[in-house]
Amino acid sequence: MDDQVLIPSEQFELILDRLAHQLIEHHDFSVTDLVGLQPRGSRLAERLQARLIALTGAPVRCGKLDVTFFRDDIRTHEKPLTPNVNDMGFTVEGRGVVLVDDVLFTGRTIRAGLDALLAHGRPASVALAVLIDRRFSRELPIEPNYIGQHVDSIGAQHVKVCWKEEHGFDRVMLLNAKPS
Amino acid sequence: MTEFKQLSQPSLLGIRGLTRGDIDLIHATAKEFKDVLNRRIKKVPSLRDFTVANLFFEDSTRTRLSFELAEKRLSADVVNFTAAGSSVKKGETLVDTVNNILAMKVDMVVMRHPHPGAHHFLASKVKVPIVNAGDGTHEHPTQALLDTFSLREKLGQDLNGKNIAIVGDIKHSRVALSNILALQQLGANVRVCGPQTLIPKHMDSLGVEVSHDLDETIRWAHALNMLRIQLERQGDGGAVRFFPTLREYTMRFGLTMERLAQADKEVVVMHPGPINRGVEITSEVADCHQAIILNQVEHGVAVRMAVLYLLSQHRPDGTPSMVV
Repeated sequence: MDDQVLIPSEQFELILDRLAHQLIEHHDFSVTDLVGLQPRGSRLAERLQARLIALTGAPVRCGKLDVTFFRDDIRTHEKPLTPNVNDMGFTVEGRGVVLVDDVLFTGRTIRAGLDALLAHGRPASVALAVLIDRRFSRELPIEPNYIGQHVDSIGAQHVKVCWKEEHGFDRVMLLNAKPS
Repeated sequence: MTEFKQLSQPSLLGIRGLTRGDIDLIHATAKEFKDVLNRRIKKVPSLRDFTVANLFFEDSTRTRLSFELAEKRLSADVVNFTAAGSSVKKGETLVDTVNNILAMKVDMVVMRHPHPGAHHFLASKVKVPIVNAGDGTHEHPTQALLDTFSLREKLGQDLNGKNIAIVGDIKHSRVALSNILALQQLGANVRVCGPQTLIPKHMDSLGVEVSHDLDETIRWAHALNMLRIQLERQGDGGAVRFFPTLREYTMRFGLTMERLAQADKEVVVMHPGPINRGVEITSEVADCHQAIILNQVEHGVAVRMAVLYLLSQHRPDGTPSMVV
């Protein structure tokens, strides 16, 4: 089977619009912050932030959280892990938080993200928004609250999210092998 | 992108042996640990499966504290060893002492030793990563890494063409050699300045300028690293041997506000500590806004966290160091 396009550009925009509307429906962004997981979750968080500001006309805070130091595979991962920039700039003490990541797979990154988040205060509540949910592949009891699209895939496959800022176009691909 | 990089060396024995890429990787990682140290919870679990032994065969206050804090903020378990009151006094060799400690399942060794090269010798005998926290008058790599980290923060990431002077007792200083090597890797122009008796022969073979004129050096430099006069290494129980009197040294090589004011730019003042106020540097200079002495101390913890983190991740054969 060839690599396939899961989400083409046009649909990508629609999904982001829907996610933004769902977030507004359930959260008051005067007491809730977006926190994107580095490196790619923060890109989605920034896109959502722009949409939320446009929809509500009010400021929405968006932090970038790096989970490298909190991972459970630091010494077992096939390659050494070096950190990304952590740019929170605010504490989440008593605030609502929407954690944002691009692809939810085993759930281990989110587990590390929850730990990393606590170093910035004790949030009142945490929700999870993801662009792609790879179902049936969870290794931890973690489920998202807001989902761009479900994907049923096998472990050897790889979901690649392309971003306009980085690749020149928005697109989600399902690859048959992890790119080296 | 999460990048996969690692140090070229399994141990940090000295700046000699590190590549420019290694120094950049340590500094980039230290920047993230500096961010960790400014959070409400200043701790990450990265080394929670690691035990680190701090072996200090020579006195130290800030380096030992700084390493211990770095280890604890990475969640490592820490054991401390000081030569005073240990079996070293009963005649045990260095390798035996270390092997005994390693037999208690220690994963990494941070060591300060009075003998230059002790770390290289030990690294050839044991399998765990070794961090040099100072070997006699030879090297003190983490000090040089934190000094250059502080300089890059103050003067900009690119030190290429910047003039950095190391002033004072070069002969007895391990900080000097490590700093020279690190600064040269980063492209800076390095000059040493001090009395002829405190500058080793053949200094120019390292590619550094030598000066005996502090006033001229201040006008040349973007930054001055003021070293302490190491009376304890001069022999004769701390008596002055390399220059007539401390007072004369201070007159010629002590940094004062008046001297600093001659420069047409704001010269950055550094000091690796401990400061002898009124000898190599006056109190006013040590406490003025051009001095980044306390920033150096703050960065010491972040840089040491980066070194420990990166060494704990080193895979000599490219495979994970711990297979579950």
